[in-house]
Amino acid sequence: MLNATLTELSQALSARKISSAELTQLFIDRAHSLNPALNAFITLDPTRSLEQARAADARIARGDAQPLTGIPIAHKDIFCTKGWLTTCGSRMLANFVAPYDAHVVERFEAAGAVVLGKTNMDEFAMGSSSETSYYGPVRNPWDTTAVPGGSSGGSACAVAARLAPAATGTDTGGSIRLPASLCGISGLKPTYGVVSRYGMIAYASSLDQGGPMAKSAADLALLLNTMAGFDARDSTSLERAPEDYSRNLERSVKSLRLGLPKEYFAAGLNADVARAIDAAVAQFRGMGCEIVEISLPNTQLAVPAYYVLAPAEASSNLARYDGARYGYRATDYRDLREMYMKSRAEGFGPEVKRRILIGTYVLSHGYYDAYYLQAQRIRRLIARDFTQAFEHCDLILGPTSPSVAFDLGAKSGDPVQMYLSDIYTIGVNLAGLPGMSIPCGFGEGGRPVGLQIIGNYFDEARMLNTAHQFQRDTDWHLRMPSGVEGIRT
Amino acid sequence: MAPRTFFQSTSAMPLSLDDVKRIAVLARLSVTEPEAEQALVELNGVFALIEQMRSANTKNVEPMSHAQDVMLRLRPDAVSEPDQHELFQSVAPQTEAGLYLVPKVIE
Repeated sequence: MLNATLTELSQALSARKISSAELTQLFIDRAHSLNPALNAFITLDPTRSLEQARAADARIARGDAQPLTGIPIAHKDIFCTKGWLTTCGSRMLANFVAPYDAHVVERFEAAGAVVLGKTNMDEFAMGSSSETSYYGPVRNPWDTTAVPGGSSGGSACAVAARLAPAATGTDTGGSIRLPASLCGISGLKPTYGVVSRYGMIAYASSLDQGGPMAKSAADLALLLNTMAGFDARDSTSLERAPEDYSRNLERSVKSLRLGLPKEYFAAGLNADVARAIDAAVAQFRGMGCEIVEISLPNTQLAVPAYYVLAPAEASSNLARYDGARYGYRATDYRDLREMYMKSRAEGFGPEVKRRILIGTYVLSHGYYDAYYLQAQRIRRLIARDFTQAFEHCDLILGPTSPSVAFDLGAKSGDPVQMYLSDIYTIGVNLAGLPGMSIPCGFGEGGRPVGLQIIGNYFDEARMLNTAHQFQRDTDWHLRMPSGVEGIRT
Repeated sequence: MAPRTFFQSTSAMPLSLDDVKRIAVLARLSVTEPEAEQALVELNGVFALIEQMRSANTKNVEPMSHAQDVMLRLRPDAVSEPDQHELFQSVAPQTEAGLYLVPKVIE
């Protein structure tokens, strides 16, 4: 059951080979035994999960099941989940029980899926290593001395260690793709606007996008079928006809033009990662794809522009945490202003404060044009680079991360080095394009390497098709961290 | 012109300790003196990275504020939210008679 695909689980549930309650209990037990070593979950609530599982069993018995009915899914703790503690990895929300469901959570609930638990993450999704959580760092199941990547590190870890069949994540600058890459799983960030942001705690609203994390591309397609869809409560949700993201999975990729951006293979890419990516490219060539070199000339400007735009939006979004209406309030203050200042100083961790300060500065009087407007102009240049590249290719391939998972603590003292982990993922968010990461080998220390696939707007079905065809002919996605069974505290 | 590399840093020091303290007040974050000093070093490192943006020629480039060029939707002027103040205030630090309690602001 641990390695089964979502389709196999769905079939086993329909055939009554296993009940949702049994399946949910299996993963709860596993999470209970391995979470102390991995710290993938912030909250497990077996009573609630099993109640949902029994309701799913009743639904299956009525013959009213959908593909995800009865399947337990872990949600990143950024998605408001009614009645569940929803912390966003922050002391600020350590006591926040969400009074409503995010749109994504509602969609899974309507499909009959079970909430397995809430996964650990970088505080307010600000980080590339899942080390900034108030609840302590998540560990990489392939090597518990390594980071899992971030910010959706708990979700990636849970799927990789088989503590959950699938999970949700969010991606503002690479937060689905990077941990998917570093933990050896598959993850997809959809085109901006495809998945509603309602109830997804905001970091940088013009970049934030929810998406699925799972063992395979076929599983991602099933999950995205549930997650995607118009929602009037998110002003940027796109009104599009529903799409079956599984429809093209079996299509041949012969003659597909795959572009390799030369800037993604330049200095800065570690040799072990380059070897695995080269082998994946050779695999695609063998499958009949045409490989073309392309250029994304403004790649080196993506990180600097992102670290103006995202903090600017964050400083505005996080102004809501004032200690007045919900969340953390300091205990000792003389007046309203001190209540604000102390509640925020004590409730936020160092990385969140750093980004609030950066954002406040770049938006302050006299600096707006030099920083914020210049970053928005560079954002346009980067989006244009992709538009021009897609005139020469159907999809773009490259590394997701310049290195395999680094050691815990290796970059946490140097924000700039940490920010550069997202060098290959950030451009996609700035442009609003869909991007995914799938496992394609192993590098130094036996740590996983992820292949990034970038598509044109709304081309998720083709990306999933291409990833699925790769996974039909390779078995990287089936590899499981061997140490996991042995991890004990 | 040779392309700039990813890791180029500049020696620019755009921020002073007073700047950091001023920004912290604007952001409503209380900072201690040692915290401000540490933030100064870290922020200057980040701004050295950000300064790379200056190398880009963005003349006549329209700023891009959003991932999609979409028009905001209009909706009928109808009540869409039921009154849930009791539920929402159940997670508030301090309330009384349906109101949020904060320190007195008017003498």
